[in-house]
Amino acid sequence: MTRILPSLRGRNRIIIFGVILTILAIALTFLLDPYRNFQFATIAAYFTVTAGLTLLVGQSGQLSLGHAALMAAGGYGYALTANALAEAGVGGIGRFLMSFAVAVVVAGLLGLLLGLAAARLHGPYLAGVTLALIVSVPAVAATFKILGGDQGLPSPYQGVPTALQSLIAVEQWHAWVAILIAGALVTWLTLLRNGSFGLRMRAVRDDETAARLNGVPAGRVKVSAFTVSAVAAGAGGATLCFITQSVSPGAYTLSFSLLLVVAVVLGGLGSIGGAALGSVLVVMLPWLITTATAQLPLSADMAQRLTGNLPVLVFGALLTVTILVRPGGLVDLVPTRANQAPQPAPTPTT
Amino acid sequence: MTRLTRNTAAVSLAGAATLSLVLAACSTPASPGNGATPGVTDDTVTIGTHTPLTGPAAPGYADVSAAALAYFSYLNDEGGVNGRTINYIIKDDAYNPANTQMVVRELVQDDQVFAIFNGIGTAPHTSVLEYLNEKQVPDLFVATGSKSWNQPEKYPYTFPFNADYAVEGAALAQYATDEYPRQKVCVLGQDDDLGGFILEGVKANLGADGVTHTEQYSTSNPDLTAQIGAMQAAGCEVNILGSIPAFTALAMSTAARIGWDTQWFATSVGLDYATLIEILGEDTGPKLLENLSGVNYLPGAYGDGEWVDLFREVNEKYNSGAPFNGNTVFGMSAAYLFAEALEKTGKNPTREGILEVIRSGSLAGNGVAPLAFSGDNHGSYFTVGIVTMHDGVQNFNDVAYTVDGGEATRVVMEPVPFVESGIPGS
Repeated sequence: MTRILPSLRGRNRIIIFGVILTILAIALTFLLDPYRNFQFATIAAYFTVTAGLTLLVGQSGQLSLGHAALMAAGGYGYALTANALAEAGVGGIGRFLMSFAVAVVVAGLLGLLLGLAAARLHGPYLAGVTLALIVSVPAVAATFKILGGDQGLPSPYQGVPTALQSLIAVEQWHAWVAILIAGALVTWLTLLRNGSFGLRMRAVRDDETAARLNGVPAGRVKVSAFTVSAVAAGAGGATLCFITQSVSPGAYTLSFSLLLVVAVVLGGLGSIGGAALGSVLVVMLPWLITTATAQLPLSADMAQRLTGNLPVLVFGALLTVTILVRPGGLVDLVPTRANQAPQPAPTPTT
Repeated sequence: MTRLTRNTAAVSLAGAATLSLVLAACSTPASPGNGATPGVTDDTVTIGTHTPLTGPAAPGYADVSAAALAYFSYLNDEGGVNGRTINYIIKDDAYNPANTQMVVRELVQDDQVFAIFNGIGTAPHTSVLEYLNEKQVPDLFVATGSKSWNQPEKYPYTFPFNADYAVEGAALAQYATDEYPRQKVCVLGQDDDLGGFILEGVKANLGADGVTHTEQYSTSNPDLTAQIGAMQAAGCEVNILGSIPAFTALAMSTAARIGWDTQWFATSVGLDYATLIEILGEDTGPKLLENLSGVNYLPGAYGDGEWVDLFREVNEKYNSGAPFNGNTVFGMSAAYLFAEALEKTGKNPTREGILEVIRSGSLAGNGVAPLAFSGDNHGSYFTVGIVTMHDGVQNFNDVAYTVDGGEATRVVMEPVPFVESGIPGS
């Protein structure tokens, strides 16, 4: 791929590729009908989250089972601000930007707190803390009346801007916003990952003691990684809230959180492309399976049993097979020059 | 750089994968404005619903769409409505608003349904309310009693099926005043629209100081010991429950456990006898439920009557003899109401046409009282009957109330007469 614009290197290259892919994705929305655009927007929102999560798990080596809770923080932050602004008569793009900013800050702060705890914990203990966070979402929503209990909160509908109304449908507009957010955030994450921050994260992941001896502030790196990925999760949650005009604890369950982890592992841990693949799978697979089972001559009772449960089963099977056959995830199936060329034997490490 | 190039390749691959999925799945953009009504062909009308077939809310609620499907199959075998058969698409949302968003969009944009019919659940349905009205899709006979559905100005396309919870609350409060005078009335409600509107109705009827004590619970915490204890301590004598069946059962069994013998009132969504017995068990259930009172506005599932007799037959033949309970009657009654509305819409049904029929107030339904739909009122039932449990039988006790703005007036029940074979227009 370095054959394309070989003279372009480093940060510029990442930014330009980010812009090109974003434009391509926006162009793609013109080929899709409204429902497909809605799915595309959802994929973009999930991609924002999985890209942050894959950075956290794959690069800094910290596992989070509670990323859906950070998404919920973003969603609630967005809905509360947008509702307050709507009450005050603020509308349009200004309301969106302010609400989005609050969502990202709220999720980022929660991520910072979690990160501070995470820097002192390892492996299963950290997973336990994040697990507790996600399990507490419904209780938090029920305790604070302002969050609307199990019913959650509606957020104001934001239609197509007047200038574009004759051109695109509302789903396409929503997809554009989601793609732009995903494009900007993922480009930023890729810059971090490929820059010196990424190097320090990998150093801490591989050997914390060695990293410290080399002057890498391991604690600070881990907290930063958590905060960065929380910001991405919050942005994804706010985007989902913007697309669907609602946020509720039912949308951010433990199983959804685990599905996010499955997505990044399936796609390929640590790889941004893998995160993209994973989010496509998470959105499209249940839909494909339901569509496929609808074609089968099943009894109503059987079909009813299958609709909710089969996607979960397939995800489980896919995950098992992927880890057994391709530990690097689906992204490993993509041939690269590095794969084709004979590789030097890896240096054994102790 | 290899890592980055591999990423770029994977992103393109993901893009290509999406694209091919898209092309594989009929990507024809919806083309509005060609005059055809979505979901209507020469011989079919396609409608869809969102309902929990899996997940914690599935027991009980999953019976509703199955019953409606059975009634539609019966109707189709009898020739359908105005020569069209009804194609009813049921999609599982597991009672999760995020899934509801997905499946309802799929129904509207992919399956091109004529209307969304009998979507279940306040929280799930709230998440698609704006969307359906924005898209101008008839949102017919929503299966909960939230007052949100009755806002003709804001949501012109939405009509509820249930009597709203505030109506039920006011009727129960008045029944308490009539039959248990000078006793202390308390309310235990779910911390959402169900509990909130029940309390609103009770307060509208008794006045804010007419309620001795109020408690709340959250479905995420299945323990009512604190609430029941507080109610006993406050000296409650008549306890109105704004609860779903699981918590009706829990409240009554918790009280029994601490040895508190008191009077319970429940809402229509929280008192189905068969459902409660299933939760409480055959041994202790009947004894606990003795004397439980509540409201209902549809034919009683446990009594006799032409509607229920027909529904039993349909259930035997088209629903493979699934257990017959209040949910079955609920689903079939909603399906009958839709068929009635469609029949009255005429030979060439349109979305605007069916809304006009509902707004005209000409729908009768099959309840214990006529329906109240009109141009400026999207509420369904404002007259409800009182049911009580005696010796394991749940039946109307001939008391009914008409509620108007929190004021409940005692009236005589006027059940809607049976329509020949339960087929509208015959």
